[in-house]
Amino acid sequence: MVEPATIALLAGLLALVVASFYSLTIQWAELFTANAVRSSLEFLRGFAPPELAWPFLVKIAEGTLETLSMSALGTGIAFVVGLGLALPDSGRFGAVARALIRLVLNGLRSIPELVWAVILLIAAGLGPFAGTLALAVHTTGVLGRLFADALENLPPAPETTLRINGASPMAAFFYAALPQILPQLMSYTLYRWENNIRAAAILGVVGAGGLGQMLKYHLSLFQMQQAASVIIAMLLMITVVDGTSFWLRRRLTCN
Amino acid sequence: MILNAASAHHPDPAWRGRITAALVALFLLWPMLIASEFKPWTLLDAQSLGSTWHFLSGFFPPAHSREFLLLMLEATWQTISIATAGLTLALLGAIPLTLLATKSLSVSLLESGRMRLAGAVIRQGARWLLVLLRSVPELVWALLLVRIVGLGPTAGVLAIALTYIGMLGKVYAEILESSEAHATQSLLKNGSGRLAALFYGALPASAAELVSYTTFRWECAIRGSVVMGFVGAGGIGQRMDESMKMLAGDEVFTMLIIFVLLVACADLVSTFLRKRLA
Amino acid sequence: MSFVLRGISVRHGSAERSDTLCALVDVNLSIAQGEQVALIGPSGAGKTTLLHTLACAHRAESGEFSVFGVEPWALSHAERHALRARLFLAPQTPPLPPRQRVVTAVLAGCLPQWSFWQAIASLIRPSDPDAAYDALACFNLQDKLYARVDRLSGGERQRCGMARLLVSKADAFLVDEPLSALDPTLSLQTLDVLQQEATSRNATLVCSLHQVELALGNFPRIVGLREGRVVFDAPRAEVTEAMIAALYRNTQQTEQSDLVAAQPDEHIAPQF
Repeated sequence: MVEPATIALLAGLLALVVASFYSLTIQWAELFTANAVRSSLEFLRGFAPPELAWPFLVKIAEGTLETLSMSALGTGIAFVVGLGLALPDSGRFGAVARALIRLVLNGLRSIPELVWAVILLIAAGLGPFAGTLALAVHTTGVLGRLFADALENLPPAPETTLRINGASPMAAFFYAALPQILPQLMSYTLYRWENNIRAAAILGVVGAGGLGQMLKYHLSLFQMQQAASVIIAMLLMITVVDGTSFWLRRRLTCN
Repeated sequence: MILNAASAHHPDPAWRGRITAALVALFLLWPMLIASEFKPWTLLDAQSLGSTWHFLSGFFPPAHSREFLLLMLEATWQTISIATAGLTLALLGAIPLTLLATKSLSVSLLESGRMRLAGAVIRQGARWLLVLLRSVPELVWALLLVRIVGLGPTAGVLAIALTYIGMLGKVYAEILESSEAHATQSLLKNGSGRLAALFYGALPASAAELVSYTTFRWECAIRGSVVMGFVGAGGIGQRMDESMKMLAGDEVFTMLIIFVLLVACADLVSTFLRKRLA
Repeated sequence: MSFVLRGISVRHGSAERSDTLCALVDVNLSIAQGEQVALIGPSGAGKTTLLHTLACAHRAESGEFSVFGVEPWALSHAERHALRARLFLAPQTPPLPPRQRVVTAVLAGCLPQWSFWQAIASLIRPSDPDAAYDALACFNLQDKLYARVDRLSGGERQRCGMARLLVSKADAFLVDEPLSALDPTLSLQTLDVLQQEATSRNATLVCSLHQVELALGNFPRIVGLREGRVVFDAPRAEVTEAMIAALYRNTQQTEQSDLVAAQPDEHIAPQF
């Protein structure tokens, strides 16, 4: 039967939900009045038809390229740095280094890309470079931890054998450990790339370049048709990247 | 010495492919570096270093006055409640859509071996709706909703609700379909309704997975509700946006600490919930 | 002298484990440079442990141990690691990364001689494929030079591990059950290649074997191990049927159970 502790837990969850709705004072009434519905519909109608003029499409293409570049570079940098940090994080350079690096990675990971972007704008200035760095920083935290776990769960024999025969620790890592986990690392990275393309699309909202910046700009001028085109471009780009990454990951795991 | 190996008796058959791949990668990398204005040295010019230093030096000591902490407490609670309320609404929306989208709960499929046309159309429609809802990033929903319902937490709640209906609906349907179809099917065959089949067939088999995924999403919703504050949807994100605009490093640092703690706590709570309920 | 062991005892892991089974107890052994020695004995007699001890992979509990006239455990960490480059331990089932190419797996034997950057460069493009080819050719595996390790059979993988030994610059070969996955004809050939290589560079060869006949037929000196003790250590002419019978008494001659033989090794944590 259901334990009392579980009942208490469910009651607690219910209380959390009730308290949340209570404290937020959401104006439901205003959401569903005839007036509100009418004005929302009007707002939505403003989106159609999406702007399809050639010069604007070129601008969207540029924005898409910028977003794609941010996500790919950010993920690439995070792969390299994350692998570098995963070595100490998997305990290869002692317990102190491990604890320290783990703390750093946790910090990098728990602050989302957008918050990093806001902070990095100060150092890197407005534009896609800040966005790239923000993606790289957050993703380093995520990948570093995943890579370290992969390294720790690895069969150690190939590496120990090389070390027993006199290879240096780093050489043994590159000849025995890395080839074993590389497919796994690549698949984690591609997965993160799918995630980062979504993040890159919105980073522009705080001024860090890409399609998000265009969206924010046109929305703030109430140019809904342009905004609609940007949103459609985002959706298309995300779909294409998902497809590519799925295809790459399948190829990686198949052979 | 390494180039000499090119004339070796046993050339590497993969070498040409590797060179090609490297060239292609460089060819792709170049426009990317340009498009993303990748200029790391700008980080090191005097002006950028100066403003960074100025901002970072404001970090210590972190802001800790009584009023500020109270304000933070309120903002943190708002963030949590936006996430919780949003996820609750998402659940309310996702469950009916899941029922529509799940193939193994189809009655007509069972009877004739294929779905009735109307059923198939509704099912496909529900799936497309779910795809649309989850493909638009939550921040974009928030941006749009802020313009409809005005600044404040309502936009955040609705944005989370819309995105997460799509995510929950998709994954719930997948979980239910991958769970043992046998129990559900035999219930449907014996004439029980779709809901009964769900409650007595599919649900018990996959309850643990459903709960676990929902708590994981709650954790994500908390991060999401922080981020949405930056477009004016309330909570700690909005406070951070204000402090950043004033370059108040001490306040930003406090918020970053609160933020890391909040994420860590959400992680703990969701792990605990998963253990307890799953 | 290549190796001198005086009163060497090795214990593994926790005390509760049946440690007498896989320990070495008071082993005395001297092996001259260029000598070829076969280690025989039932499973769990400590053959693998002895080879690991000789390879400086783990430290003996007590006793005196020297390699090429120096005591490895009195040296600094770096000096000891440099010493290991002169020793080559080939484990019974060579643990090669499955997705690596054979050429890379073989050339990994050169790692102690290479600088870090040389090692990285060779990953991108094998720096000495001819050496790997020649080494593989000794075992009729030259066709597999650019194949992937996971495409090899168990026996091919084992010989691939031996090819790594050939490209190394070691002065002593410590080989653990090199023939466990090979048929009789290949066994003879492989043993022949190992012995010729050892003779031609005047390297010491210590080889543990399950096949008593092969040991007696090919090695001038035989060391019999049982329950961690050296039961006999004699030129092959002096090894009698009775000695062999006593060595394997009340144990199963376990040519088929290679897994059991490999097991005692698993709870030895190597020390570097």
